[in-house]
Amino acid sequence: MNKEFIKGNEAIVKGAILAGCTHYFGYPITPSSEVVHAFAQLAPKTGCTFLQAESEVAAINMVYGAAGCGVRVMTASSSPGISLKQEGISYIAAAELPCVIVDVVRSGPGLGNIFPEQSDYNQIVKGGGHGNYKCIVLAPNSAQEMCDMTIKAFDLADKYLTPVYVLTDGYVGQMMEPVTFPSEVKKVERKDWALYSDKASKHNLVCTIRMSAEEMEELNIKLQKKYAEIEKNEQQYEEVNCKDAEMVVVAYGITSRLARTAVEELREKGMKIGLFRPQAVYPFPKDRLAELANTAKVFTALELSNGQMVDDVRLTLNGKRPVEFYGRMGGVVPTHKEIVEVLSSLYKKHLA
Amino acid sequence: MENLDNTIGKPQSFYDTFERKPGKDKQIVHYCPGCGHGRIHKLIAEALDSLEMADETVFVSPVGCSVFGYYYFDTGNIQAAHGRAPAVGTGVARANKKGYVISYQGDGDLAAIGTAEIIHAANRGENMTVIFVNNGIYGMTGGQMAPTSLEGQKTATSPYGRDIADMGAPIRMSEIIAKLDAPVYVERVSVSDFKNINKAKKAIHTALKAQKDRKGFTFVEVLSACPEGWKLSPVDAIKRLQDVMETYYPLGQYKNELETRPTKAEPLPRPSDKDIMTALGVGDKAAIINVTDTFVKNFKEQRVRISGFGGQGVLLAGTTLGNLAMHHELAVTWLPSYGPEMRGGTANCHVMINNSVVGTPVVDKPNVLIAMNGPSLDEFENTVEAGGTIFVNSSIVDKKVKRTDVKAVYVPMTNIAEDAGIKKAANMVAVAAYLSYSKAMDLNSLIDLLKVNFKKKELVDANIKVIHAAKEYVEKNCM
Ligand SMILES: Cc1ncc(C[n+]2csc(CCOP(=O)(O)OP(=O)(O)O)c2C)c(N)n1
Ligand code: SF4
Repeated sequence: MNKEFIKGNEAIVKGAILAGCTHYFGYPITPSSEVVHAFAQLAPKTGCTFLQAESEVAAINMVYGAAGCGVRVMTASSSPGISLKQEGISYIAAAELPCVIVDVVRSGPGLGNIFPEQSDYNQIVKGGGHGNYKCIVLAPNSAQEMCDMTIKAFDLADKYLTPVYVLTDGYVGQMMEPVTFPSEVKKVERKDWALYSDKASKHNLVCTIRMSAEEMEELNIKLQKKYAEIEKNEQQYEEVNCKDAEMVVVAYGITSRLARTAVEELREKGMKIGLFRPQAVYPFPKDRLAELANTAKVFTALELSNGQMVDDVRLTLNGKRPVEFYGRMGGVVPTHKEIVEVLSSLYKKHLA
Repeated sequence: MENLDNTIGKPQSFYDTFERKPGKDKQIVHYCPGCGHGRIHKLIAEALDSLEMADETVFVSPVGCSVFGYYYFDTGNIQAAHGRAPAVGTGVARANKKGYVISYQGDGDLAAIGTAEIIHAANRGENMTVIFVNNGIYGMTGGQMAPTSLEGQKTATSPYGRDIADMGAPIRMSEIIAKLDAPVYVERVSVSDFKNINKAKKAIHTALKAQKDRKGFTFVEVLSACPEGWKLSPVDAIKRLQDVMETYYPLGQYKNELETRPTKAEPLPRPSDKDIMTALGVGDKAAIINVTDTFVKNFKEQRVRISGFGGQGVLLAGTTLGNLAMHHELAVTWLPSYGPEMRGGTANCHVMINNSVVGTPVVDKPNVLIAMNGPSLDEFENTVEAGGTIFVNSSIVDKKVKRTDVKAVYVPMTNIAEDAGIKKAANMVAVAAYLSYSKAMDLNSLIDLLKVNFKKKELVDANIKVIHAAKEYVEKNCM
């Protein structure tokens, strides 16, 4: 058996090292700390560099420096820490550097608490830092995906030269599940734009300043072209019972796990209901979701937030179908019974 | 005053023509007349030349007037966010372990917004050289007050003069950095006159050489004129530099441990892929645990909640079940209660097992409850699904299950563990009792699993004893 029963947060670290990640810069914060702990544990045994920075601000700027030198590098944090990283992430996007950032979201605003929320969607998917940039955002919902999507995040980061987030929460991070790890360590090729502190690379420049408006616009246009490319190629989703569904529930991350059980139960009760799960939330899987609006009559977004992803559902459907929203906040996770009740009453409201 | 900014005798470590610089004139630097930055750049380039370090050096440009360092230095170049150059430099130094890093910073950059970064890079003894240009003002943004602006100094943001009582005293960074253990060389110099410029040249050379010798963190503060910000002619600015700045900021070495400081260790070579896989515990075929097929085929969803005191191994009981389920090729999740819940001295976890896909990992309606102590029974008894089973640790729980629509199984878990010789194994008794009673999974596979997971034979034997004792008890008293 080539599987391990392991926590999601730890699966991220093993996945990262197998993806050829050699550098980690971070600052501890619950509920992301297992990521820091696991990397600190494994770094010396795997030839990796681990450094506990003085703050998230410093950590993300170390990531910027190391990414500029061509290594695969990551950091992990949780909501307040991600807020602090945003300036640095804007720089990384502008300099077109690849890196992976894990956000194990906790409840906010303010210090909030350490319970799960999905309230970082806006700060991560819609920008967060300054300027016209976007980051690819993958949203695992299992320990296996924590590993697989971390590996994929490194590949996408290198492919598009952009920061890539793994967006998760305290539940998926703490939850243990069987995980099959790949059986090789990825090779990282020399990058022709990076700084290797040698003669061959010394004329490379990692820089985010453009003095003229025209040059800065040029960079911006280049970035937008890249994002269009990403939107074309990298939409990723999973659907359960959506083909004949009259109501489609849209949920990502831990909420999709809760929704799945509820949706299956309601199916058994004869309701034509399906689950659509964005596996990447940027790019949002809008093509398939829009297609589903041809058959499904109503959409319901479930989130642990005040309704953030639901905006993307609405933008995608563009008024074609009604979009309902149900969310809990503060770290409150709705019970199974609660979700079943909410979904069946919305179903009845629109479809009875 | 000798003009060191001119293009004659341009150091090798400068580009011949400054192609990255916009505009027609690719020969001269972008700084104002009389600005110290150009001169300091040149001193750095000369040191890089004579030490033959340029090819392996990455120059970190800050945010400030010297943001365009990359126009000039024929080195690797990276431009950092305001104040973060030492962090960016740390990333570079840790990635390119055999290269060199220059973090070039102004006083706003280093002594205000980047205070944390400079202190901690210094404290870690990063192998880098920081050139700190102290001109007592924010040049780039139009002459605002810097943390280094002198008492009474009028700036755009201290238009009535710097009031120390209100705005703090000008900060002396070299003195602060020198107080830390890790920095190996700290000196304050000035680019005022020929003599001082020569000293500055020597200091920068010494610092870079120390970096080349892998001695660690070196810091050179250079007092520098900003005629533009100070609103003085270049000549008067130099005079102010000498008369006022050099008085408040005494020149000299604040730290020099070059003789005694050992060279930093060489970076270790990267382990082989095989060693990495071994360290990660992946890749090698893990032991196969035999499982009788019927268990899998007949498996009915188990929604298990295990609860007890912290220290009773409640979480471990859950992960053991999870592992066993994985070896049965079942779908399984384990979720701990976490946060404040954990601190009250009780712990509980959720285990979901079925033979297709686990949706929610949250067990809010268990069909199996294992209550290792009284409070756990109180808390979770009512959540159990009708027809479910409650396992009670009767060694320490006196009360009985009140519900009549569930099965109650009383097992003296703590006593059985104690009798078998390992007091701490009450959690193993719980698992074994549950499996013996429910036949949900193969008890023999549990024993095989222990043999694989526990390294020490005595521990395996003791646990097997515990499992048998639990099984016997359940078969005799509970079925
Ligand atoms: C986060 C952030 N805050 C503020 C600024 C604006 N800013 C640019 S340079 C600078 C001060 C530069 O002064 P100093 O470091 O002394 O360098 P000098 O220009 O004097 O060489 C400021 C405040 C910025 N670019 N980024
Ligand atoms: S503003 Fe001051 S620091 Fe900036 S270039 Fe001019 S003289 Fe130099």
